[in-house]
Amino acid sequence: MEQRWGLPLIAWPSRLRPNLWDLVALPIVLGAIALIAWGGMAMSARYQIGEVLPISLDPWQLPAYALRTVLRMVCALVASLVFSLVYAAVAAKTRQGEKILIPILDILQSVPILGFLSITVTGFIALFPGRLLGVECAAIFAIFTSQAWNMTFSVYQSLRTVPGELIEAARMYHLSPWKRFWRLEVPHAIPSLVWNMMMSVSGGWFFVVASEAITVAGQTIMLPGIGSYIATAINQRDLAAIGYAVLVMFVVILLYDQLLFRPLLAWSRKFQADPMADEDNVRPWFFVVLQRARLFDLVQAGVLEINRIIDDTLTALARRRRPSIERRPTREFDILFDIALLGLAAAAAAWLITFIRQTVDLGEIGWVFVLGLATAARVLILIGVASLIWVPIGVAIGLRPQLADRIQPIVQFLAAFPANLFFPVAVVLILRFQANPEIWLSPLMILGTQWYILFNVIVGTTALPQELQRAAQNLGVRRSLWWRRVILPAIFPAYVTGAVTAAGGSWNASIVSEVVQWGDTTLTATGIGAYIARTTADGDSARIALGIGVLCLYVLAFNRLLWRRLYDLAAERLRLD
Amino acid sequence: MNDSLLRTEAVSKTYQTPDHHGRLVLDHIDFMLRHGEIVAILGKSGSGKSTFLRILAGLVPPSEGVVEYRGIPVTQPVHGIAMVFQSYALFPWLTVLGNVELGLEALGVSGAERRRRAVSAIDVIGLDGFENAYPKELSGGMRQRVGFARALVVDPDILLLDEPFSSLDVLTAETLRGDLLDLWDAHRIPTKGMVIVSHNIEEAVEIADRILIFSSDPGRIRAQIPISLPRPRSSESAGFRQIVDQVYTLLTTEPGRDGRRGAKAEPIGIGFRLPDASVQQLSGLIENLTEAPYHGRADLPHLADEENLVMDELFPLIETLQLFGFAHVSSGDIELTPLGRAYAEADMLARKQIFAEALLKHVPLAAHIRRVLDERPGHRAPAARFLRELEDHLSEEEVERVLDTVINWGRHAEIFAYDYDSEVLSLENF
Repeated sequence: MEQRWGLPLIAWPSRLRPNLWDLVALPIVLGAIALIAWGGMAMSARYQIGEVLPISLDPWQLPAYALRTVLRMVCALVASLVFSLVYAAVAAKTRQGEKILIPILDILQSVPILGFLSITVTGFIALFPGRLLGVECAAIFAIFTSQAWNMTFSVYQSLRTVPGELIEAARMYHLSPWKRFWRLEVPHAIPSLVWNMMMSVSGGWFFVVASEAITVAGQTIMLPGIGSYIATAINQRDLAAIGYAVLVMFVVILLYDQLLFRPLLAWSRKFQADPMADEDNVRPWFFVVLQRARLFDLVQAGVLEINRIIDDTLTALARRRRPSIERRPTREFDILFDIALLGLAAAAAAWLITFIRQTVDLGEIGWVFVLGLATAARVLILIGVASLIWVPIGVAIGLRPQLADRIQPIVQFLAAFPANLFFPVAVVLILRFQANPEIWLSPLMILGTQWYILFNVIVGTTALPQELQRAAQNLGVRRSLWWRRVILPAIFPAYVTGAVTAAGGSWNASIVSEVVQWGDTTLTATGIGAYIARTTADGDSARIALGIGVLCLYVLAFNRLLWRRLYDLAAERLRLD
Repeated sequence: MNDSLLRTEAVSKTYQTPDHHGRLVLDHIDFMLRHGEIVAILGKSGSGKSTFLRILAGLVPPSEGVVEYRGIPVTQPVHGIAMVFQSYALFPWLTVLGNVELGLEALGVSGAERRRRAVSAIDVIGLDGFENAYPKELSGGMRQRVGFARALVVDPDILLLDEPFSSLDVLTAETLRGDLLDLWDAHRIPTKGMVIVSHNIEEAVEIADRILIFSSDPGRIRAQIPISLPRPRSSESAGFRQIVDQVYTLLTTEPGRDGRRGAKAEPIGIGFRLPDASVQQLSGLIENLTEAPYHGRADLPHLADEENLVMDELFPLIETLQLFGFAHVSSGDIELTPLGRAYAEADMLARKQIFAEALLKHVPLAAHIRRVLDERPGHRAPAARFLRELEDHLSEEEVERVLDTVINWGRHAEIFAYDYDSEVLSLENF
């Protein structure tokens, strides 16, 4: 329960005595501890490259596989949480740090997540020779990359926006830097961090499934988990097994939604300064259990106590040291620092280009750019098609607040559900109807990410003030005029947010959706995703680097030239306040 | 002289502007807070009064000069000085008790002792029963009580108050102020001196033993008014009214431009901090001034009361009227000039005419913008150009506000146009 750090505790000893709610809470906690122990052992099992880990298609094995998958998710989440707090704190508190760390984060964000997997897996395996842990780490790292960046951005943003008077109050009342971080800065960051974390985890299920079956230098390593179960089912053309996997995944996401997502969101509202924020919201049942159970007070008290001990130690250490006089870096130092940074960047770029040019000729590099264009066209067309479908539906739902309340959790659920579980079904259909894979593989890219458009359109529509709607009615604004002048401008900012998320997700998905297998049949669509998938399977590192580099360039260019402009337009012109 | 609690000597503050010029905010302030004294600081925006309070608190280092608390230099927040903030600055995720205990916790006070002292401070300030409430459950007045409890629980010698009542409605502010004064007069709190920054003249006269009036750009101590009226003070008494009038006069006239008829005003530059006044409010105020009961002349405190305007709303209007030559102020009274009366009687088009002439004549920034646009071949100029010019004189937010003000005036007067999307000023359509 790291997330409870920073939470104040009034340590009434009587509050820590167990009660009936602990009957519910205790097994959950003990179960979680046992799961971690079991998973930890399984993860560090002995393993040699080339060894094939048997994956059974027996549906009764599925719960165990699901647990392994969930455990990977949890590891990645904890790592992301630690990373985001440390990285954002360094970036927000040091000027030099900010100058490098934030642009790096911006680039990292545009690297396709499965690209990280292709690049890092050999390194991780070398790190733990003879153990499965290396491969596990590579998979966890891939999931980590799908979560860490935007969580870090959110923390950084929050750290930069702590209200000035609160900082002054913290200084006036002599909070130590450590205390200030945990009592002021982290709590302030929590609402947005939790929201981003939950959104990331939802997106992460897709990648956890995709990253379990890793191909290294022509050999496929299958980590026990739902993703590998699916991969095996695909190899053996077992449609029933895929059905079981979908079912189990459904249960897993449902549990995640009920046991983690909703309680955490409810808890995070406590940290909002807005007085009305938690008035009309129903408290999720599991949140109530956690609040009532004494066990969690105990855990919380323990965590706070540890935090206090660290604080005391740090304060004592700081007191022993002479108070350092704040040294202002000079302008010369700044300039030198910038030059060094530019030099480093130039050297890295030169090295990368030489590395790629050793094996790849100019013609192929040009071809990869053309492939990128093909994928870009797919992404744009799909966003357009999805918008045409979901904007009217989203508006219709959003105009009915009660319906919207009921649909919203379902959409969130759909967004979390890993769409790649349905890829085999698409292949079967394409084969059955002899359809053109160049066209019909494309929808797979947006299968999982289209929900962000729907979700945000609903949010945007419900946010439209009643008064504006009444005014439009009063003026007799109807049909196409109403769409053009009232609702589309009103939902535009929210729609852009949704479209950006959907587009980013689609670029990522292209790596797994442009090449799809069913048994020994492989369907391929022309595009950069297929290029990366093929070169990764071959273990051709220069070409992997080329493919991922070009994909990054495309994503960055799209962000800068299209999305950021739309964002600015939305922020400047079409805000509702 | 051993009764000095807090003392500053020649304190100045300069902020760096983007092009490495210094912008002077506070200029050589010598100040002393004596034992048992409440000092109120009044001043218009730009007088640096808030900055000065933060320098006293050790939150902002002065560029020059020294601050001493009981003879010890203050370079960072010290034990013995507590502060109450304008927007309460409560931690939303801590309960009332948690917020009050926080300061003690940082002092290393042990659990049981901490609780005892926090509960007693909550009791003193009248919040008992709300120990476990979160700030968001409380009204503004209750929240500021938490702010006071948090400040008082550390037994401070000195309490620094940064417009503590200005976010509250009139009734709530009055109650809380009264309660604080009662505690102070009865010595129920250990505090030995208070400095309050205020924007409410009557509030200052009601509670302070001494009022400091700051002038603007840069902030200097313009006047000190000792108040020896016995407490509780009635705002209706003649002595009280007289001091209020005196303060009004000091605040609405500039040194050297004291509004005497015919006195030549000191010329202002393009970097002048234009007051924040809308054309709507200005014409409303002029109309009201011409009509009964004022007939062109009004007592400022009375006007503020009648028109329901607080100091921060009234003063920019008064200043603008003076700037445009529509009115002048002397000894606490405002009087319309013939031009002001002509404006009141004119129809909408003629009013625009008068406004435009006054704007070009008396506001150098407006005249400057118009001149630049006239000279440019396309009669267009980006707003950023003027923003950069203003940055030498004003802070970043003030620059934006001043330019917005002049753009609004200029658009109304139709001396130039502005396009929001492209952020370009032009002479289009003229």
